[in-house]
Amino acid sequence: MTPPAPHDDLLRVTGLTVDYVTDGDPVRACADVTFTLRRGEILGVAGESGSGKSTLVTALSRLQRPPAVTTAGSIEFRPRGGDAVDLVTASPRTLRSLRWTSVSIVLQSAMDALNPVMRLGAQFADALRTHDRTLSRQAAWDRAAELLTTVGISGDRVRSYPHELSGGMRQRAGIALALACGPDLVVMDEPTTAVDVVMQRMILAQVLCLRRELGFAVVFVTHDLSLLLELADRIAVMYAGRVVELGTAQELYEAPRHPYTRGLRDSFPPLRAPLRRLTGIPGSPPDLRRPPSGCPFHPRCAERFAGCDTHLPDLGPAGGDGHLVACRLYDAAPGRDRTVTLEGSAR
Amino acid sequence: MSTVRLSLLRGWKVRTGLAVLGFFVLLALAGPLLTAAVPGLDPRANDLAAIGLPPGPGHWLGTTQFGQDVLAQTVEGARGSLFVGFLSAAIGTGLAILVGLPAGYFGGRTDAWLNFLSNLFIVMPVLPLILIVAGYMQGTGLWVIALVIGFFGWSGGARTIRAQAMSVSNRDFVAAMRTLGEPHHRLLFHEVLPHLTGWIAAMFLHGVIGGVMAEAGLAFLGISDSSAISWGTMIQAAQQQSAVLRGMWWWFVPPGLCIALVATAATLVNFGVDELANPKLRTARRSVVRRAERTTAPDTAPDTAGSDAR
Amino acid sequence: MTAPPTTRPTPVLAAVDVTKHFAVRAGVGSRAVVRAVEGATLDLHRGRVVALVGESGSGKTTLARLLAGFYAPTSGEIALEGAPVRQRRGRVERGYHKDVQLIFQDPFGSLNPLHRVRHNLERPLRLHHGVRDRAELDRRVGELLERVALTPADQFADKFPHELSGGQRQRVVIARALAVEPKVLLGDEPISMLDVSIRLEMLNLLDRLRTEDGLALLYITHDIASARYLCDDVVVMYAGEMIEGGPKEQVIADPLHPYTRLLVESSPDPARGARDREALFDAGADDLGEPPSLIDPPPGCRFHPRCPFAKDVCRTQAPPRTDVGEGRWTRCWLHATDPTATSQETE
Repeated sequence: MTPPAPHDDLLRVTGLTVDYVTDGDPVRACADVTFTLRRGEILGVAGESGSGKSTLVTALSRLQRPPAVTTAGSIEFRPRGGDAVDLVTASPRTLRSLRWTSVSIVLQSAMDALNPVMRLGAQFADALRTHDRTLSRQAAWDRAAELLTTVGISGDRVRSYPHELSGGMRQRAGIALALACGPDLVVMDEPTTAVDVVMQRMILAQVLCLRRELGFAVVFVTHDLSLLLELADRIAVMYAGRVVELGTAQELYEAPRHPYTRGLRDSFPPLRAPLRRLTGIPGSPPDLRRPPSGCPFHPRCAERFAGCDTHLPDLGPAGGDGHLVACRLYDAAPGRDRTVTLEGSAR
Repeated sequence: MSTVRLSLLRGWKVRTGLAVLGFFVLLALAGPLLTAAVPGLDPRANDLAAIGLPPGPGHWLGTTQFGQDVLAQTVEGARGSLFVGFLSAAIGTGLAILVGLPAGYFGGRTDAWLNFLSNLFIVMPVLPLILIVAGYMQGTGLWVIALVIGFFGWSGGARTIRAQAMSVSNRDFVAAMRTLGEPHHRLLFHEVLPHLTGWIAAMFLHGVIGGVMAEAGLAFLGISDSSAISWGTMIQAAQQQSAVLRGMWWWFVPPGLCIALVATAATLVNFGVDELANPKLRTARRSVVRRAERTTAPDTAPDTAGSDAR
Repeated sequence: MTAPPTTRPTPVLAAVDVTKHFAVRAGVGSRAVVRAVEGATLDLHRGRVVALVGESGSGKTTLARLLAGFYAPTSGEIALEGAPVRQRRGRVERGYHKDVQLIFQDPFGSLNPLHRVRHNLERPLRLHHGVRDRAELDRRVGELLERVALTPADQFADKFPHELSGGQRQRVVIARALAVEPKVLLGDEPISMLDVSIRLEMLNLLDRLRTEDGLALLYITHDIASARYLCDDVVVMYAGEMIEGGPKEQVIADPLHPYTRLLVESSPDPARGARDREALFDAGADDLGEPPSLIDPPPGCRFHPRCPFAKDVCRTQAPPRTDVGEGRWTRCWLHATDPTATSQETE
């Protein structure tokens, strides 16, 4: 994909920090998350349990509820033909006007988000007519049938109730509903985890196809890095609430810089390449209630050295193309040299 | 586990409830010794010199129409009422477990039969039946009253236990232990039953409230042991002597207040037990959330210019 | 990873033409039959791993539970070392559990949260090995925990499940199964609920048990890449039927059955070439259909409504099992000998 003009940013997330407040110390689920999303881009967010990826989703879509509280940072959103809005400080009213028309969300359980006692067409018509009050009932139903067709569901299904559809179809209808009002940004949280591989492939193909047609940008959150490597334009890898690496899918696959990214990539056995013994990453993801000191990955890292347990590395450039990594291997001057050679070999 | 237990004691509701319940239990256990030790506090003695006296120096809570000390009777009545309450709750809870647990665990035909049984007891007109049974058993003692209340009061609990046992039995760890070759009785009592403790405790507390109330109700209807003293028999005696019409409020208010207090205390403890059984009721306290929200600095001024440069 | 021996000894555990139907309530008063598993035949041998691959609802979990003795087959036979397994009132004898153990998918659900690790390991030791002595119990619990790499063992023995991570719990589950000293281990998606970075460790542990202890292993999964990593042979299930089987490399690299091909192609594969990927995603936007209902499966081959190669005979007759050499077989009219002639003969 050719990257659009650099100043065509749809979303700028800066220093976003989300805490879960408890009676004791707050638990930091997202710490200083910074990234930008261009128009029409698919940004993958990969992470394991406790990486903060789901918290990020609720923070981005402003769906979070106490005890989750955004304690710092901004989310600057520039909808088409509108002024930039900071979603963190935006009033509930502004948020309401943005939802669905500019930002929509697809959850793992999108299939359960449909109202079981309403026909599909009625639910779509509701959404469409809230957005555009001049739309007639008939036109809304026609548009609903059209939308269903785009996700591979026959148009005459508008008259069906959700329970008459299979799980995979409901999930696709949920996606169609999220796209109904032509949003600029769709946040997807594990939208294919609850469906089978064949259905997953189908849903992803349809999302890609619709993206080409409608030009929306996607933040796609999942634990399945192998899926993102095939789907996303750029990928942010999260660990313990922080973005530890951010780069294009190709670079991340061919030359991951962060030891965690490398370990994660090598945690997926190959489908066709010759088999070798893989080890995954020793240890287990950190408990955010007691995060490790310094770099949160250091207890599991095979390449740690003196100071990793005390110094928290910043997310900084490593190589060209805006590739970012938060690892002290690339902090000092010799480390930076190393990234250049790594990249050279990858190209 | 220990942290859970500690958190149970942290709430004021549970503490208050336990304190009140504890007070009455102590009263029931030690009270009669007290009344026996203090002269003039015999609940059964008829002081003919003091008939229907309002609360005063000699008799702190006054006397009845028969010249009995109300304070002594209330203390003595705690023993009777709580005895019936706890015994009937124990019987009812026991029966509920015996019927509900196997029904939920085994399912199928066992469930069908046991469920039929509990449904039968639910639709049975309990009060007339108790009247008949109690009338049939001459010389009803508190024991019999408690047995009857427990025996007719287990069915709703059995349904709850059954539903919970069913959901626990379908969880993987029960299947896993079965695959290990664990016999049914071990699965029932070591794997499934411990998960129901919250429900059982709640049911028992409900049973205590129900038992105390039912005893009072039955006594009011005239089904009681005429020689025994409970809060129920006190109210019944007051009613028979038209204490309300005569304005002898000190006769029926203390036992009534005690019943209400015990019921409230048990309910308060139940709140805590509910939170144990259903962790969803445990939430972050609102004050903590508000404090954290306030720290969201208003100076999150867009500093976006340099954000991507890094 | 080894070539199949020419003369096979008696399998440790075998399913011979096993069928399982469940009666379910379909609406008020009416009953329906779910044909969950139909004519499944499977051999498990000492020191070998067979992967059972299929989507949800393909009957793979039902087959695992049949093999684990949860319920009796509707027809067909399960044989342990050649001897048919008898069931009494829907329950196998305890002795059976001494030889066959099942590992569940969900490490959070398969350990009782109220029992310490020690309890879980001591119960099988008491039940099957009659160990009563405290010191002996402690020694063997320690041994078991060390075998699944939960060290220091004495520290883990007294923990409650909620104090362990997902990977550690699954190790406890495996240790509990090993305590019985079984001959066969059935793993029902044992890694799918674990974090990506620790899945390989679990697969390596299973592999070690197979090589060191000579366990026969059935690895049930929907993830073909992990099946390829761990197993020797692959069996593919679709809609309750086994449709293809054979050595893993051949089956995955060159599937015979159109469904196996669809499954392999749908699996995420970051190594896929860019052109293949585009072609796949473009083609994938079509409706690929979904597995049929098992209450009323299609006649003939159950895959024919979704099959691009479906012929007349596929719609009327179930394909027979065809051996194609090298230990490979499939159930597909594309590979059965002269399907049209067969269909004419029978008509």
